[in-house]
Amino acid sequence: MKDSMAKADSGSASGEVGPAGAAGGGEAVAAAAPGDLAKAAELGARVKLPVAARGKIFEWAVYGATGACIAIIAGLFIELLANSWLSISTFGLSFLWTSEWNPVTNQFGALPFIYGTIVSSAIAILLASITGVMAGAFLAEFSPPRLAEPLSFVIELLAAVPSVVYGLWGLFVLGPVMRDYIEPFLQRYFGFLPIFAGTIYGVGMLTAGVILAIMIVPTVTAISRDVMRAVPNSQREAIWALGANRWQGFRMVVLPIARPGIFAACILALGRALGETIATTMVIGNRPAIAASLFAPGYTISSVIANEFTEATSQVYLSALLELGLLLFIISVIVNGLARLLLWTIFRPMES
Amino acid sequence: MEGAGTVGRRQARGTVGIFLTALCAGAVAAILLLILGYVIREGGGALSFAFLTQLPHPVGVPGGGVANGIVGSAIIVGLAALMAVPIGALTAVYLTFFGCGFFAVTVRFLSDVLSGIPSIAIGLFAYTILVAPLHHFSAFSASFAFAVLMLPVIISTAEAAINGVSREIYEGGLALGLSRYSAIVHVVLPSARSGIITGVVLAVARVTGETAPLLFTAFGSQFWELNPNNPMAELSLQVFTYAISPYRSWHEQAWGGALILIVVVLLLNLGARMALRPARRG
Repeated sequence: MKDSMAKADSGSASGEVGPAGAAGGGEAVAAAAPGDLAKAAELGARVKLPVAARGKIFEWAVYGATGACIAIIAGLFIELLANSWLSISTFGLSFLWTSEWNPVTNQFGALPFIYGTIVSSAIAILLASITGVMAGAFLAEFSPPRLAEPLSFVIELLAAVPSVVYGLWGLFVLGPVMRDYIEPFLQRYFGFLPIFAGTIYGVGMLTAGVILAIMIVPTVTAISRDVMRAVPNSQREAIWALGANRWQGFRMVVLPIARPGIFAACILALGRALGETIATTMVIGNRPAIAASLFAPGYTISSVIANEFTEATSQVYLSALLELGLLLFIISVIVNGLARLLLWTIFRPMES
Repeated sequence: MEGAGTVGRRQARGTVGIFLTALCAGAVAAILLLILGYVIREGGGALSFAFLTQLPHPVGVPGGGVANGIVGSAIIVGLAALMAVPIGALTAVYLTFFGCGFFAVTVRFLSDVLSGIPSIAIGLFAYTILVAPLHHFSAFSASFAFAVLMLPVIISTAEAAINGVSREIYEGGLALGLSRYSAIVHVVLPSARSGIITGVVLAVARVTGETAPLLFTAFGSQFWELNPNNPMAELSLQVFTYAISPYRSWHEQAWGGALILIVVVLLLNLGARMALRPARRG
C-alpha cells in the first residue's frame, strides 16, 4: 500500500519533468540563434502565424519549466516523507532522542548523529564567523582596492574547491597536524576542560569542525563584505566628522548597520556545514557515540547516510536512513529559508 | 562609550584592529594556496599519461588510471546540463517577463532555498524515484541529482543576466510590432547569452567534484561504461573511494584525481569570472 503510493508519486513527478525538459530543449536552440532588432522585426513580419504558434509553445514551455521546478522541490519532500514513513511509524518521535543504532536488531535512534551534526557545525560556525567577518571587514572597509580585488577572488575560489578535495586534504594533512600539534597543545593547557580531555585520534569532531570551518568561511566572508559595502558612505562620513577614526567608525556605525546581514551570512554558512557530507565523512571518524571530548570520533547525519545507505539490508534500516535524509532536508529548508528572508529584507529595499 | 581614552590609545587600538582583519583575510586566502600547493605536490607525482588513459587496476597491481572516471564525469555532468539548462533558463524567463506578484516571489524563494539543500538529500531523492523503482543504479539517476543541484545556480545567474539587458531594448522590440515571444527569444536572450552561459559554466563547476549523491546513484564502476542506464565510474567518486581505502598506492591515485578535479573546477570558475568582467563594465 505504502509502496504503491510512493510509486504513484514518483511517476507523476518524473512525468511532469519529462515533457517540459524536452520542449525546453527546442526553445533553447531557438534562443541561441543570433538576431538583432531589425532582423527579428523582419522575421516577425514575414511569417506571422507560425510565430504566434511558436509564441504559444514558448509560453507553455516557460510555464512548464517553472512548474517542473516547483514539482522537483515538492517531489523532494513528498518522496523523502513517503519513503521514510515506515521508520516514522515504527519509531515515532523517539527516533530523535534514542541513541541505539543497531541494524541487527532493527533498532534505530538518531541522537548520536544529530549530536555529531550539531557539534561539528557549531565548531565550524564559531571559527568561521569570527574569521569570516573580520576578513569581510578588511575587504570592505580597510583594504586598498588594488589588494581587495585579488583577495576576494582567491577567497571566492576557495568556495569552489570540491568537498572531496577538502576531505582528502583533511584526512592526510590536517588530521596528522591536529593529532601531533594542535590537539596535544590544547590538551596540555586546557586539558582540565572535559571537551579537551581524553585520547587523541587525529580524526574526530574537532578536525571535522575545522575542515567545515574552512569550507564555509568564504560564504561568511563574501556576504559580510557585500553587506558592509552596502552601508551608505554618508553614515561613515558622519561619524568620521565627529572625530572617530576608521576603526571606531567601523565598530560604531558599519558593524551595527550590517549586523542583520552578517547574521544571515552566518546562518547561510551554518546551513552548508549542517549538510556537508563527503569531507566530514572522511575526517570525523564515523563512530556513533556521544562523547564529551571533541577529540573523540563522532558521526553526522549526512555521513551515516553516505556510509550505510548502499549496505542497508532491511526495509526499516533503509527507511530510517531516509528519515535522516528527511530530517536534513527539513533542517536545511528552515535554516536557509530564514537566512534568505533576512538577506532579502536587507538587499531588496536597497535595490528598488 | 566605546573608544574613550587618549588619542594615542584610540589610534593604537585602531591599528591593531585593522591589522587583525588583514590577518584574517590573509589567512583565509593562504588556506587556498596551501591546499592547492599540497594537491599539486602530491598529485603531480601520480599524474602521467597512463593515469589519464588507463582503467583502474585491481589492488596490488601497480599502475592503472582513472580514464573511465573522467569520461564518466563528462557524461554525467553533460546529461545533467542538458536537463537543467533549458528548465533553468526558461524559469528565469518566467521570473523576469511572465511572473508577477506572490507566485513569482515564491518561485524565486524556493529556488534560493533549493540551493541550500544538502546534495546528499537530493541524491536520496534521485534514488527513490530513479534507482529504487528500476532496481539498479544508473548514471542517469546521478545526472538527475546533478541537474537538481544545477537548477538554482542557473536560475539566479540567468535571471541576473536577463535583468541586465535594458528594458528599453525589449520594449523597442514590442514597439516594432514583435510579439512577446519574438522580443524575448530574438532580442533579449541573444543579448543575455554570455551571462547565461557564464551561469551554466558556474553550475557545471558546482557539480563537478560533487560526490555525495553519486554514492547511491552512479555507484561507480571498474570498467568502461558509456551507457547512462548502467552504473558508471566518476572521478570524484574514485577519489573518495581511493582516499578512504587502506592502500598506499590508491592514496597516491586519490591525490592525482584530486589534482585533475581541482584544476578543472578552478579553470571553469576562472573562465566564468573572466567572461563576467566585461559585461559588468559595459
